[in-house]
Amino acid sequence: MSLEAGNDCRSDIRSKRLYNSGKKLSFSSIISKKKRKDAKRRGGVRLPYIGLFCLGLFFTAVIFANVIAPYDPYEGDLFSTTIPPVWEEDGSWEHILGTDMLGRDVLSRIIHGSRMSLMISVGCILFYGSLGVVLGLISGFRGGRTDMIIMRVADLWLSLPGIIVLFMLASVYGPSATTIIITFGIMGWPGYARIVRGECLSLKQRDFVRLARVAGCSKLRIMFSHILPNVVNTIIIMATIDIGGIIVLTATMSFLGLGTQPPSCDWGLMLAEGRQYITYAWWLVTFPGLAIVITVLGFNLTGDWLREVMDPKQKLR
Amino acid sequence: MQGYILKRVLIAVFTIFAVLTVVFFVFRLGPADPVSVMLPPNATPQDAENLTKKFGLDQPLGIQYVNYLKNASQGDFGASFRFGEPALRVVFERFPATLKLGMVAFTVSVIIGLAIGIYSAVKPDSIVDRFGRVTALAGMSLPSFWVGVMLILFFGVTMRWLPIAGRGTLLHYVMPAFCLSLYPIALITRLSRSSMLDALKSDYVVMARIKGVPEFYVILLHAFKNASIPVITVIFGVLSGLMLGSTVVVEYIFSWPGIGRLVMESYFARDYPVVQVFVIFVTFVVVTLNLIVDIIYAYIDPRIRYQ
Repeated sequence: MSLEAGNDCRSDIRSKRLYNSGKKLSFSSIISKKKRKDAKRRGGVRLPYIGLFCLGLFFTAVIFANVIAPYDPYEGDLFSTTIPPVWEEDGSWEHILGTDMLGRDVLSRIIHGSRMSLMISVGCILFYGSLGVVLGLISGFRGGRTDMIIMRVADLWLSLPGIIVLFMLASVYGPSATTIIITFGIMGWPGYARIVRGECLSLKQRDFVRLARVAGCSKLRIMFSHILPNVVNTIIIMATIDIGGIIVLTATMSFLGLGTQPPSCDWGLMLAEGRQYITYAWWLVTFPGLAIVITVLGFNLTGDWLREVMDPKQKLR
Repeated sequence: MQGYILKRVLIAVFTIFAVLTVVFFVFRLGPADPVSVMLPPNATPQDAENLTKKFGLDQPLGIQYVNYLKNASQGDFGASFRFGEPALRVVFERFPATLKLGMVAFTVSVIIGLAIGIYSAVKPDSIVDRFGRVTALAGMSLPSFWVGVMLILFFGVTMRWLPIAGRGTLLHYVMPAFCLSLYPIALITRLSRSSMLDALKSDYVVMARIKGVPEFYVILLHAFKNASIPVITVIFGVLSGLMLGSTVVVEYIFSWPGIGRLVMESYFARDYPVVQVFVIFVTFVVVTLNLIVDIIYAYIDPRIRYQ
């Protein structure tokens, strides 16, 4: 414990305290500490096995949706409505996770729903990520009044709750996946702009940027082909961490009826539809939610790991 | 200090003004024609004309905008289509319910989040720390609407322990408040843990220990006071926005008669004035809370005043 670099003093005090207070460290905590220390010595953080497993499931569903989904997700069979999952009394192997009130196979709908949620969340991130990156680059590189104005607007923006903007846009332009993407696109950029601006400010002082300037590169060229590649790491980490939250938010919107509309397979929408039948068809609300949880868990765990590996200085928030 | 506060107040006022403007243009310039939305299906062109005149929609946009600002400054945002009362009053009538639920969830999440966060920073790798880490992960990964539905399914439908909708007894608060505080607890735990860890590593904490300050005071007075700036940001600023935002979901699930449910109903009934007032009202609350946070900062950390 006292070998940890940088804070010998603190840990000395702590270990003494632990020793004096007569508390015993439990066996399991010693093991886990040793493991973590080993991992640290090897210069890495343990792979997020659970997270990668979840992501594996998710991307398998996305890529092979047409192959592994047993039924057409949109086609119902009115003779086999609300069949419970296979382990229940009336369940059958034909519909592993049961069917909904229109006789559509829940498993197939969940598998196809993964595509929708990936599409929307990636759409959101691409939209606001690129907006944020461009504004952040301009703000950091230009400095001065431009910088001040952009950052002020970013401050202002951060004080608005996104859901409210969505209400506004959805009530004027109608609810759809596009409305969601546009809303988050408009709302999400300040976070990226701030980070990119910060990085840009320090990169601007580096020799290679000065050299580029001396060599006569245009400002645009310096911004996009000299500074941008150096911020990409940070952007990727941020996007991986964000995507989990975005999936939850977009599913929430669809659940409220502000996002995708029936009959599309969206996990949030499936939950909203199943909610009316909650008293006798519990599987309709349980499984789509589990799908969201697995996906989000996968992205969150992997994102945290990525951050620790690629950017060790920045700790968990 | 006064200059600092004045600057913050000006920014807040400007924010509200900007939001008013954006709301006006989004609702007026959108493809949905307010008159055709308001009219019953069997209305004549004459009715449409009367309504257009009544709401001043035949005037140029600039004049409409000035009138709108004039009315807004007096708290007049038009009448609700559904209730026929001023939209602002409709929102105000439903606000206490939201506030009560929000305060319960807020108190619960601050107490639990801070307790777990501080304790796990003081004793890393203890059971509490691990529990906290799992809670934080769960709070970040579980969508609140799904948690709400699952709670209803288990405690309401299967076990029949708790009421699933409405408001009245204390039991009605349990599920919505839990649902609402899940994410904030995760956020506060994570943040207070990491900033406490930083503070505990610092020289002044070591110094305090060397001086022989009792550990309890070291943690609360020396470490926590310095760790509290980022925590306060989250607790007040982000949380207020989060609660006002996420109440929509939770009130919708649990049929809680607050403004969140009101705005959902109004949205589906196309009662635009109420939606509009809701947007403005929430922004107003959030901006005010942010202002308070900024001022609290300046008290806690004098360096901020001079930036």
